[in-house]
Amino acid sequence: MNGTAVHAAEAAAGNGRRYRLDRPELLAPAGNLEKLKFAVHYGADAVYIGGQSYGLRSNADNFSFEEMREGVEFAARYGAKVFVATNIYAHQEDLPGIADYLKQLEAAGIAAIITADPAIVETAMQHAPGLEVHLSTQQSTMNWQAVRFWKEVGLPRVVLARETSMEEIREIKSHVDLELEVFIHGAMCSSVSGRCVLSNHFTDRDSNRGGCCQSCRWKYDLHQEQGPIGDPGDNMFTMGSKDLCMIRHIPDLIEAGVDSFKIEGRMKSIHYVASVVGAYRQAIDAYMADPAGYELQPAWEEEIGKAANRPLNTGFFYSTPGASEHIYEPEEKPAPYDFAAIVREYDPATGIAVVEQRSPFRPGTEVEFVGPGGRSFKQVAGPLSDTDGAAVDVARHPLQLIRIRTVEPVAPLDMMRKKIGSV
Amino acid sequence: MTTELLIAAGSIDQIRSYAGAGANAVLIGDSRFGARLPGSIAEADLKEAVACAHDLGARAYIAAGKLLRNHELPALPGYLRAAAEAGADAVTFGDPAVWMAVRDAAPAMAMHWNVEMTGTNSAAAAFWSRRGVSRAVLARELNGEEIADFKRSGTIEVQVQVHGMTNIYHSQRNLLQSYMDYLGREASLVDLGPSEGRFLIEAERPDERLPVYEDDNGTHVMSADDICLLEALPELLEAGVDSLYIEPLLKSEAYNVAAIRSYRRAIDAWHRDPGAYEFDEEWLAPIRALQDPGRELSFGFLYKEQVY
Ligand code: SF4
Repeated sequence: MNGTAVHAAEAAAGNGRRYRLDRPELLAPAGNLEKLKFAVHYGADAVYIGGQSYGLRSNADNFSFEEMREGVEFAARYGAKVFVATNIYAHQEDLPGIADYLKQLEAAGIAAIITADPAIVETAMQHAPGLEVHLSTQQSTMNWQAVRFWKEVGLPRVVLARETSMEEIREIKSHVDLELEVFIHGAMCSSVSGRCVLSNHFTDRDSNRGGCCQSCRWKYDLHQEQGPIGDPGDNMFTMGSKDLCMIRHIPDLIEAGVDSFKIEGRMKSIHYVASVVGAYRQAIDAYMADPAGYELQPAWEEEIGKAANRPLNTGFFYSTPGASEHIYEPEEKPAPYDFAAIVREYDPATGIAVVEQRSPFRPGTEVEFVGPGGRSFKQVAGPLSDTDGAAVDVARHPLQLIRIRTVEPVAPLDMMRKKIGSV
Repeated sequence: MTTELLIAAGSIDQIRSYAGAGANAVLIGDSRFGARLPGSIAEADLKEAVACAHDLGARAYIAAGKLLRNHELPALPGYLRAAAEAGADAVTFGDPAVWMAVRDAAPAMAMHWNVEMTGTNSAAAAFWSRRGVSRAVLARELNGEEIADFKRSGTIEVQVQVHGMTNIYHSQRNLLQSYMDYLGREASLVDLGPSEGRFLIEAERPDERLPVYEDDNGTHVMSADDICLLEALPELLEAGVDSLYIEPLLKSEAYNVAAIRSYRRAIDAWHRDPGAYEFDEEWLAPIRALQDPGRELSFGFLYKEQVY
């Protein structure tokens, strides 16, 4: 540990309530119940989800209260918690329902809400005291006085602005004993959070209530009085930023005193969430087990790269992003691997697994099985059959259950993937 | 009290000409704590600036609405004390760090809450009102009904922008510099600031020019149109809006003076006799005469319904 982090830990221990978590929390997104299960199974200590109201992802297939209860129950089996993002900036018409909604979240067993609007902060503290209130990154908090303010208000945690640097996080932690959460992976607004209404202006959709249509990633011509800047063949101006990835810097983050490591992406696939969570879980555990002997494993980065192929960078942690951190060229290339199936059952006596199809494969397809903790192996698929025992030449139907012999043991919720385009 | 007409001023000369034209209050400051100001008035000049406004019967508010970083905090208490000693009438803030510093360093100072596009409801304003804040500055993206409901539902003063451009995107990234670097241009030799007249045109919207510039506080993209609520004033005045703000950014002083005079006449006419008030096309003519033909005058979000 460096000096500042030691100081922070001592300060926190000295004043009765300890705000610093014993070990950092890995907080993952879950766009629906199935993704929640995968996120938790692959190692998330907590997941955040959206409910039917007051969240910024109005398109995601958000959770009903019933699904929340089921999610909370599932997570509890792993000792994991469920948070709900209520991170809009409310307008007058949104105010009347807030208290009821928060009470229902409390009743469903939700551990915390992630919220930016002081109206929702106060309503939660008054009407749903069983919910922790975490201040959302939408408040763009990046200095220790502001963190102190929210501590005085009574909040146990602040999610820092994505503009906060590693050095600033250390300073904040040394001034205030409060849980700090930071984004470590995923897509980001290039604006200061909450301070972009491009979508409101272009399309009458309110970005601060979930209506953002990613106008920052559209193409713009930049002009000066004499005419356009850039030649006809040049790529156009955009405000889009590349995705964040901090897998190489886990020790820095832990030593700076970050309590919760947050992954972005409630709209992302199961394959993505499980792969990214799995990689960070291994990195955090490796560091906590032996800080001095910690070594970055190339496999973790490879694992992330198998589920998504977007250029990555370290955001504001080490310096202000420049030209190479922005998107001027077509960015997304297909991920090198496809999600082929989920393991549903495994019989160790016969070595046969029942898997649920997510994309086509056949006898002879080269596949890779992956489980939590980095457990993985490759094999060529042998003969396939359906659950009645009839031979299958190609597993072509989504969700179809297929029997396949695996060369090593697997477990339910393991993933089977294949090289992109191969069948 | 008659409805306040407020404008930001970037120099003591501007304070003089804007207060002289009929502004009841001016917003002043520098880029250490305020964002997107039309010019800087240094800490050492605050006394003279505030006195100048007061002599002309106008109030002087200090703009400290920026989101702050750790390294910007140490200078804050001294600045607030200087503002208080200068006799400033209020300080506008967005970052809670400024509220903390006012409490410690200038506890008698009035506070105005301005969080730009995220000041959207009266319950959030009430949170700050209970902490001694006397005014909420409303998001420009609210419509007329929301403004009226906001005012009705609280006890706090409300301020609404009635004229000029609005900031629609603020980033702490240096997006112009980055793009120049990407193109291989010598951006370090070029002034990227507000006076350079740069603008963006989105590929599908060739008629809309969005002013863009970069300064110490990052990259700012501004609206393609100018709000002009002169014709809709009775709606705002009946709703009880306490302060009407004219945004002077990227406009000539002559333009801003014309805007102040027009709003002054309309506000005074309404207060003389709301029942007999009638809009006079003549009030709009001086603004139109100086309006950049590439920028439309619009009602902003006043009559809009947004979805999400
Ligand atoms: S347009 Fe871009 S910067 Fe703006 S809110 Fe949407 S994602 Fe964020």
